[in-house]
Amino acid sequence: MHPAKSVIYFTTATGAGYGLFFWLALLSFHNHLPADKAMGFVMLAVSFGLIITGLLSSTGHLGHPERAWRALSQWRSSWLSREGVMAILTFIPMGIFGVYWVFLDQNTGIAGVVGMVGAVMALVTVFTTSMIYACLKTIPAWHNIWTKIGYLVMSLMSGAVLVMALTTVFGMVDIAFHLFKPVGILLVTGLIVKAIYWRHIHSGKAVSTAESATGLGGFGKVSLAASPHSADNYLLKEMGFQIARKHATKIRLIAVILGFVLPFILIGVAMHYLQDMGRVLILCLATASCLLGLVFERWLFFAEAKHVVTLYYGQDKV
Amino acid sequence: MGQKGTMNPFKTVKEEIDYSPIVGDEVKFSTCYMCACRCGIKVHLKDGKPRYIEGNPDHPVNKGVLCAKGSSGIMHWNSPAKLTKPLLRVGERGSGDFKEIEWDEAMKIAAQWLGETRRKDPGKLAFFTGRDQSQSLTGWWAARYGTHNFAAHGGFCSVNMAAGGLYTLGGAFWEFGDPDFDRTKYFMMLGVADDHDSNPIKTGLGKMKTRGDCKFVAVNPSRNGYGAIADEWVGIRPGTDGLFIFALIHELLRAEKVDFASLARYTNAPWLVIDNPGGADHGLFLRNKKGDPLIWDLKKKKAVSAHSKIITPAFAGERKVAGKKVVPSFSHLAERYMAAEYSPDAVAETCGIPADTIRRIAAELAHAAFEEEVFIDQPWTDAWGKKHDKMIGRPVAIHAMRGISAHSNGFHTCRAIHVLQALLGSVDTPGGWRYKPPFPKPIPPGAKPTPPHFTPLTPMSGPPAGFPTDPKHLVVDDDGQPLRIDKAFSWEHPLSLHGMMHMVLRNAATKDPYGIDVLFMFMANMAWNSSMNIGETLGFFTAKNDDGSYKVPKIIYSDAFYSETIPYCDLILPDTTYLERYDCLSVLDRPFSQGHGVADGIRQPVVELDRDVRTFQSVLLELGAMLDLPGMINADGTPKYPGGYPDYLVNHEREPGLGPLAGWRGKDGDKFGRGEPNPKQLEKYIENGCFWEDKMPMSKQFFKHANKEYLEYATHMGWIAEAKPIIHQLYNEDLQRFRLAAQGHGDHQPPEEHRERTQTYFDPLPMWYKPFEERDMDASGDTDEYPIHALSQRPMHMYHSWGSQNTWLRQITNANKLHIHKDMAADIGIVDDDWVWIESRHGRVKGQVKLITGVNKNTVWTWNAIGKRKGAWGLKHDSPEFNQAFLLNHIISDVLKPNKHGYEYSNSDPVTGQAAWYDLRVKITKCAAEEFGFTEPMYEAPNGPISDADISQYGKDMQGETTASRTDIKEWIGQRHENAGSIPGIKDGHGNTIKGDKS
Amino acid sequence: MTSLPKTAPKKKLGLVIDLDICVGCHACATNCKEWNTGAKSAPLTDLNPHGNDPDGVWFNRIHTFETMSETGDSRTVHFPKSCLHCDNAPCVTVCPTGASYKREEDGIVLVNEDICIGCKLCSWACPYGAREYDETEGVMKKCTLCIDKIYNENLPVESRAPACVSTCPTGARSFGDLGDPNSDVSKLVAARQGYNLMPEQGTKPVNKYLPPRPKQDGVDAVPRTLEYADDEKGAAPLLARWVDKILSV
Ligand SMILES: Nc1nc2c(c(=O)[nH]1)N[C@H]1C(S)=C(S)[C@@H](COP(=O)(O)OP(=O)(O)OC[C@H]3O[C@@H](n4cnc5c(=O)[nH]c(N)nc54)[C@H](O)[C@@H]3O)O[C@H]1N2
Ligand SMILES: Nc1nc2c(c(=O)[nH]1)N[C@H]1C(S)=C(S)[C@@H](COP(=O)(O)OP(=O)(O)OC[C@H]3O[C@@H](n4cnc5c(=O)[nH]c(N)nc54)[C@H](O)[C@@H]3O)O[C@H]1N2
Ligand code: SF4
Ligand code: SF4
Ligand code: SF4
Ligand code: SF4
Ligand code: SF4
Ligand SMILES: [Mo]
Repeated sequence: MHPAKSVIYFTTATGAGYGLFFWLALLSFHNHLPADKAMGFVMLAVSFGLIITGLLSSTGHLGHPERAWRALSQWRSSWLSREGVMAILTFIPMGIFGVYWVFLDQNTGIAGVVGMVGAVMALVTVFTTSMIYACLKTIPAWHNIWTKIGYLVMSLMSGAVLVMALTTVFGMVDIAFHLFKPVGILLVTGLIVKAIYWRHIHSGKAVSTAESATGLGGFGKVSLAASPHSADNYLLKEMGFQIARKHATKIRLIAVILGFVLPFILIGVAMHYLQDMGRVLILCLATASCLLGLVFERWLFFAEAKHVVTLYYGQDKV
Repeated sequence: MGQKGTMNPFKTVKEEIDYSPIVGDEVKFSTCYMCACRCGIKVHLKDGKPRYIEGNPDHPVNKGVLCAKGSSGIMHWNSPAKLTKPLLRVGERGSGDFKEIEWDEAMKIAAQWLGETRRKDPGKLAFFTGRDQSQSLTGWWAARYGTHNFAAHGGFCSVNMAAGGLYTLGGAFWEFGDPDFDRTKYFMMLGVADDHDSNPIKTGLGKMKTRGDCKFVAVNPSRNGYGAIADEWVGIRPGTDGLFIFALIHELLRAEKVDFASLARYTNAPWLVIDNPGGADHGLFLRNKKGDPLIWDLKKKKAVSAHSKIITPAFAGERKVAGKKVVPSFSHLAERYMAAEYSPDAVAETCGIPADTIRRIAAELAHAAFEEEVFIDQPWTDAWGKKHDKMIGRPVAIHAMRGISAHSNGFHTCRAIHVLQALLGSVDTPGGWRYKPPFPKPIPPGAKPTPPHFTPLTPMSGPPAGFPTDPKHLVVDDDGQPLRIDKAFSWEHPLSLHGMMHMVLRNAATKDPYGIDVLFMFMANMAWNSSMNIGETLGFFTAKNDDGSYKVPKIIYSDAFYSETIPYCDLILPDTTYLERYDCLSVLDRPFSQGHGVADGIRQPVVELDRDVRTFQSVLLELGAMLDLPGMINADGTPKYPGGYPDYLVNHEREPGLGPLAGWRGKDGDKFGRGEPNPKQLEKYIENGCFWEDKMPMSKQFFKHANKEYLEYATHMGWIAEAKPIIHQLYNEDLQRFRLAAQGHGDHQPPEEHRERTQTYFDPLPMWYKPFEERDMDASGDTDEYPIHALSQRPMHMYHSWGSQNTWLRQITNANKLHIHKDMAADIGIVDDDWVWIESRHGRVKGQVKLITGVNKNTVWTWNAIGKRKGAWGLKHDSPEFNQAFLLNHIISDVLKPNKHGYEYSNSDPVTGQAAWYDLRVKITKCAAEEFGFTEPMYEAPNGPISDADISQYGKDMQGETTASRTDIKEWIGQRHENAGSIPGIKDGHGNTIKGDKS
Repeated sequence: MTSLPKTAPKKKLGLVIDLDICVGCHACATNCKEWNTGAKSAPLTDLNPHGNDPDGVWFNRIHTFETMSETGDSRTVHFPKSCLHCDNAPCVTVCPTGASYKREEDGIVLVNEDICIGCKLCSWACPYGAREYDETEGVMKKCTLCIDKIYNENLPVESRAPACVSTCPTGARSFGDLGDPNSDVSKLVAARQGYNLMPEQGTKPVNKYLPPRPKQDGVDAVPRTLEYADDEKGAAPLLARWVDKILSV
């Protein structure tokens, strides 16, 4: 699949934004975060910023962004529609929680409960995002449980890394220490999930083949002798994206290092060996690395996914 | 469009469909010209622009279907390369620097150039037309002008098929005959990719295969296109079909599976051939005083006229008649083809076909012809007056085209195929191969080429081209040297019936045999895909004398588009497109008749002209009038056809009562074939969908060569002079006459240097020899250096150079690849999409490869005419047609290696002069990495017009208004009629019309 | 209400494509383009029409495949493909706007271009590559089964068939109601073992493909042979026999 920038940004940014919100709500609910206006504003702004720019970027690539509102109508059948509806619905508790915190200096009690509702809905939204991809039978690399788990874990993970950095920025080192273990676990889990995902898509048995696509298997092995057009058409540009194995391996390594390993090490170093500004800086670096790594991870998620339509254009199995 | 309706984001919007939009304001009928097949079209027009072009369901050729090209006519008319005004060259030839001029000036210049030449020596005008369909006009014009240097494009196209057929059966494959797809049981197709009978072949194949009681064998080095749906693909090695056919004949003869009755009556198989080695009559037929050939009658035990009503001929045995040793020609035939050298085992390796396969196919042919006879319950009378109570068909049909003809041995191979048909008795029988009226014609037709008269201002006494049957018909001087600029009808290529347009530029530029004054061309892309050896040909266009003048002094050209040839000409007379003009598809030209009846047609302007261009035929008539050409002016000097071509179509008479169009003749339009001009004739055609057809009764439809009723009809129509049977010339005495001349007999003998050649290739029986490129390589030991055959094929969706200017068609193919067998690729070490050098003895060209398995392992092929020259066709300079696509023409030499006299013959068939495109031999090597990605050779771009379109949204404003109603659908079953027989319950009919239905 | 009709439509209009006789001529592709560029989905935009990388909206495309059996038999098969108007159309269920829908009355799958937002998701969901994004117009387009031609009262009856069907020179395309077991198309499918493409995708296509029929190239069948009239090689013996023979004239 063609790795479109807008969609990569959409999924990573909203994932991180919802993840961040999840952690903010959870920590607030458990009374771990002071109801400080400024801090609330900044933290929520980061979360909302990621989510809103992500969503905007997803509508930006539409042929008719001005009609985006129409995407709400098919929530009964369409995961994209559900995602839209969920995103909007989730803004309600998220918004109320934000108003409590930023305007009423309150993030526990009712506010905490509303926040938790938002947190759960945020995760559901991330799940709906994952389902946009996971429901596509035509793309076996997406049509599996690891896509869904991956989106959820990456969201929680990137949110956790973010919240850890942000709390440190605001000098709440003890909370950061509190988060140290979950973040570590999430980074390791994230890596494991990704590893399983990658194993899965490469070991996965072919779902469809050139033989099943053409129905000519009875005559033997099927190969393409002539394409319908000399140049690449829409289908090939959109769905025929191909990435060389070597190239993919390289990018995967970058994703693993930036997304998981480096943040893990940096966070460890920051929490154990550094203090004050140094710690803040390194944690921010860890966050940046993690998010960047996820961008690579997401790029690969698209680039490595093969669409069954390519069976009509020379692929032998997908 | 009220669908935007509600703003409730959660509501599902229901679309309201326009079921019955008004398609256009008007429908006009005409005839397609996206290729030479000439299908009937219905053009829906909206605001004067074509909205949709569909096939005319009533048209005899296409019966409603349209091919990919025909369906893209809108984009042809919409081409970025359309010429808009007459052009006069101001820069150097090739630069593309022109100035636009007015028509008055253009006509004056043309008339002046042509007038000067005509006042000096009309023969110094070389008038050559490409694939046009108005040769009866252009040929007549040339003769009136007075030049013998006229021909159309057949010399580089497929004259081998025409000549092979006309000298054997009096008809030909090409577009002069077609298989009886409705009844055949065994169909063999040799060397066809798409051909002129494009839609009828496709429809026929579909029908035949759907019927399911027939076998379809494709003999072709490539398995693409038609080959893909064949029941058997015979992946023959190029240039060896003759041997394959001989081996089939060998088998049939040995098994006595030949139709002796048919041979006796319809062929010259029993005619007695004089056996007098060294004598001037050796190999000629023994004739009586009346000139009738004789046969040996076994019952009467004496020689009798072959034309006798009842005969019992001998097919073998030497006899003595009137003091001459004679043998039936069949003896010669049988003796030759039963020889061991033509046994399946002997030819298998050369042809690349297992001997067992050849034996099996021979047996299958025999089975189909003799065990699966088809009968039509239709009494008919033969030419000798004998009544037959039914028509018996030998349902073996054959069709062949340029895979046979575009080789230097194509004439003989084509004849071999016709001999095979005759032996099987399947010529124009039900289920066999059928003539399309006005064929058959006498073998060969009567006209002879007219030699030059060197007299100013004088018309020719006859047509420039014709059918030589004797050395005295050649157009040569007293020393036997060519008198035509293309050297057609000379000892080099005596039967070059269609001229040799492919040699004109070389000969004119090298002044061999002489220089000319004006070259006048119409509709042939001679600076690119119609020429072999493009590099040198471009040099011929621009070659200069010492004084700086061009060797070909003046070039006038009519094209409709900015082709590669435009920049090389001096005066451009821009033509219309096929949707903008009157045109004529005449029985006198290349008819689109079908086996069951004669048909002709017209084009009419369906869209209005939006630029300053004129129909070439009208321009030609006007030029004729300006030059005072007889027949084109009235006694008072005024133009005879002031109304241009349409005027001519209606009012011109070749002889009283015979004109370009056969339908609705006579003052009241109630006659056809013959009749006075009818002023309302064109209106009648338009009313009838732009065609006229006379469906013959079944009694005339078969055995046309010997069917009394048909022959009388053909005589009435003016197609043949008298209603005499047309006897198939398996053994060809005319050829023998040329051979005798080469052996030193007669007044007209070849010059010494051509003697051996004439002697060798004028064999009265079909022969096989190695294609010349291969022969020459064998001689010089280069065969292993260039071990691979390289071919081109026509893509079904492209027409030569026209296709690439078509927005839709060029999306299908804009860069051609070289198709290579996977095994060959493995040997050379190349993989899909590699770039390779394709190198012949003549040069090299670079292209990208595609690996396949459906091709002969010694052969590579690519699509024809996809590669274009930068600067042409209105395309942007970064187009793949210029940068990735390639032509094999660059590496096909137009001349052969010098012979022992140092002479370079044209790379053509020695008998007919047909260009030998497919004799090409190459080697293939992988390019260096830095050479990947772009083709070579690449020529500089002339200053042609370039499209500035980045996007095309044709039709955006054409959606018709709705009428909001709808009727229920009807089912459409492809080949419904044929399916009805094989599948229980499927209703009989055509398309969605069901037999018996009233709607 | 979900976007797919609750029960699959009774009437299932669709195409039957006969791979046994398709010669790969592309007529159906260009005639489709020609009709539709001025019809419901007008225009079928072409990008770079006269330059590099020309690319346009097509509803129908022709592929060519080769097959190779274990014993080395190979064949070439031309393979046209347009929307299969699936009963279980994933392109419909993924669509967030309802622009992509399957008609209850005849099963035709259409795009309502007036509400399509151009998210392309349906093209990802279609296994067959039957959806065409028009970049210039910002909406998805696809084969309409020529809905404004097949029902069009302004056209003569013989034109009321999908453009690709009425133009196909070989007759490889048929059109009708595949939901009616008694229709001619259904009979055709039954008689010729028509099949679905990628059945494992669960799309339940309406369009059916008729497989190429077995070759008759003598590999399987008992080969025919000729009996020679004379076993001796060469022409002489036969010619000698023919000298006085009246050869069934
Ligand atoms: N390598 C290779 N080369 C080949 C062949 C091959 O098989 N292989 N085949 C050969 C054969 S058989 C042929 S016939 C030739 C064909 O090749 P050409 O004769 O070159 O045919 P086209 O290029 O189709 O058309 C010739 C010219 O006619 C112009 N034209 C089109 N429509 C009109 C019109 O309405 N009026 C006028 N005045 N001009 C018009 C076109 O713009 C073009 O410049 O190619 C030959 N060349
Ligand atoms: N679509 C389309 N139709 C056309 C044209 C076009 O440009 N496009 N051009 C028109 C013109 S001008 C012409 S002359 C006709 C020509 O019509 P065709 O004769 O059908 O055209 P070619 O492309 O020359 O096809 C030659 C075929 O012969 C095969 N072949 C080559 N060498 C041999 C051989 O030695 N033996 C055998 N058995 N086969 C061989 C090639 O593989 C190829 O399939 O088509 C006309 N129709
Ligand atoms: S075969 Fe095609 S291009 Fe040729 S005349 Fe017919 S429809 Fe036109
Ligand atoms: S028009 Fe018919 S024969 Fe040609 S490609 Fe389409 S389906 Fe095949
Ligand atoms: S073929 Fe594709 S576009 Fe057509 S209905 Fe099926 S899934 Fe939808
Ligand atoms: S592109 Fe249009 S039709 Fe396709 S899913 Fe999106 S909104 Fe629906
Ligand atoms: S049914 Fe109509 S829209 Fe669909 S492929 Fe055929 S011609 Fe095109
Ligand atoms: Mo030709």
